[in-house]
Amino acid sequence: MVLSARHLNKYFYDPDQFQVLRDITFDVQQGEFMAIVGKSGCGKSTLLYLLSTMDTSYDGQIEMAGTSLTGRSQDFLAHFRNEHLGFVFQFHFLLPEFSALQNVMLPGQKLGKYPAHELEERAMEKLRLIGMADYARKPASKLSGGQQQRVAIARALINDPTIIMGDEPTGNLDRANSENVFHIFKDLAAKGQTIITVTHDPDFAAGTDRIIEMSDGQIISGHENQIRQAG
Amino acid sequence: MNLTIASQIARTHLLAKKRQTLVAMLGVTFGIAMFITMISFMQGVNQFLEDSALDASPHIRVFNKVNTQRASLIDEAHPGGFNVVYHQKPRAESARLKNGLIIANRIGRQPGVLGVSPQLSTQVFYNNGPIQLSGIIAGVDIDRENALYHLTTRLQSGNLNALKTNPDALIMGTGLARDLNVRVGDKVTVTTPTGGTRVLRVAGTFGFGISTVDNTRSYANLSTVQEILQKDPSYITDIHVKMTDPMRAIPLGKQLQAMFGYHTEDWATANTAILAGEKIRNVMTFVVSFTLLVVAGFGIYNIMNMTVVNKIKDIAILKATGFDSRDIVAIFLLQAVFIGISGGLLGLGIGFGLSYLLSITPFDTGNMISLKTFPVIFAPKYYVMGLLFGVITTLLAGYFPSRKASKVDPVAILRG
Repeated sequence: MVLSARHLNKYFYDPDQFQVLRDITFDVQQGEFMAIVGKSGCGKSTLLYLLSTMDTSYDGQIEMAGTSLTGRSQDFLAHFRNEHLGFVFQFHFLLPEFSALQNVMLPGQKLGKYPAHELEERAMEKLRLIGMADYARKPASKLSGGQQQRVAIARALINDPTIIMGDEPTGNLDRANSENVFHIFKDLAAKGQTIITVTHDPDFAAGTDRIIEMSDGQIISGHENQIRQAG
Repeated sequence: MNLTIASQIARTHLLAKKRQTLVAMLGVTFGIAMFITMISFMQGVNQFLEDSALDASPHIRVFNKVNTQRASLIDEAHPGGFNVVYHQKPRAESARLKNGLIIANRIGRQPGVLGVSPQLSTQVFYNNGPIQLSGIIAGVDIDRENALYHLTTRLQSGNLNALKTNPDALIMGTGLARDLNVRVGDKVTVTTPTGGTRVLRVAGTFGFGISTVDNTRSYANLSTVQEILQKDPSYITDIHVKMTDPMRAIPLGKQLQAMFGYHTEDWATANTAILAGEKIRNVMTFVVSFTLLVVAGFGIYNIMNMTVVNKIKDIAILKATGFDSRDIVAIFLLQAVFIGISGGLLGLGIGFGLSYLLSITPFDTGNMISLKTFPVIFAPKYYVMGLLFGVITTLLAGYFPSRKASKVDPVAILRG
């Protein structure tokens, strides 16, 4: 078990007090490819940002990779994200002034686990994995949205994270690019990478191992996908 | 915190917006260049004025302050009574320093004393034909006086040594010689207030560049002036003292006054106006330089603030991928520091260039012979100070936007 969320409650206070999350409890196993689905405003993104450790104002307990993350300092959480989490966002993919390769390397440089040349090797390897090796030296601002999103996935992978989190990773992409990104995730999951994504793309969700459906801040159904189980 | 990567990101940000970086840099450059130019020039002026004043005046002057006021006998007998004394004559008191030559020798043995010159100075009338001018004649031992005031370098014509061979020789201020229309070799009649008269021959002229000295003073042999005044060979009225360190003159002056009971005046008291002017110019220099640097600082603050707003998505991504707030502060502070240091160094160069140009600009001062170009001081400490000011200003100007950047909430940005 790589992630466990216990009795998560969260309120918004502005403009009025409003409970976005109601007693959310679930676990994620190593190697699971999970989708959180639900209508707009059901709290699925809010839940993801709680899990991402960037939003720390909640009640309840979150534990990841054997570490309790509730009530930790910002600096501790930053280091934890660097080492254990990879992110793929809907917008704002890369730092525009840097090349694709530099973008992928940045979190690795921050972690400082590998020397520079080895890190570059690893970054190239990740880019090859998502089929972007030919664009490594291009500035991120010169890449298309789909290409940027693939580079962002490579960046999420650079530190071999415990979990990759995606916030509508295909939400801003056209059909072809969406499928491309989905297949990359699928391949990663097949290799044992734990992935949690928020999505409202039913096709995307259908391809995952497990779907958590949310409504009004509650989990209304969580089930294993039959297709996957059959396979 | 990882400085290598922070500096790599900072460099990329700076290079991505070259023009903006240059504008911010030039703000600092301009501020520091003006600071260097102004302070070098102002301090040069201060130094010049101080030097010319101090060169012509002693560090300590020991003299007998003649006090002519005295209480009447009846006042002493009935103090507090209704005493009226009409037309009381002031007491005759000599300006003489008793044992002056011995006192001078003892002062000469004090530590830190560069030289002592006992002298007799008195008001006189200089006559040349119909021209009559009042002035001061100082009877001196010319070697000792020369050691104090470097008269050889002030000499405009003639020779100091003439004073040693010719008892009637006179070294005269240039202004006075011009007004009297005399040159080296001409004769001048000198009349003292007590009526003594003597014809002296001009053996040289000197110029300090200070009109109050050059237009009134002349030097003669001590014994000659004693003769004109009909005084004995131990009669002197002033002892001039120069120190190796002018600052030590102030305590020594007080000490000498206590030791010998004569009035002493140090250079700081004698040149209060010049020192006050110096202080005012210093304050002015710092106020103007400070204003320039503050303006440059606000320029940097604005540009850094803009950068932070422009880069807010990048900041959110960096935070999401594990950069902590210290990394973010470092990224933006490094940009400010780079702007400060490079702008500052450029400013130092331009400041040096401007001050150099000023220092070779011809400056016609008329009678002020010692000044041919603007006085400028090239002191390394001003350059260190300028760079320090520049860096501190940019640090402050960069710190607040950096802190703002580090407080960016990534969730708010990334959710779109």
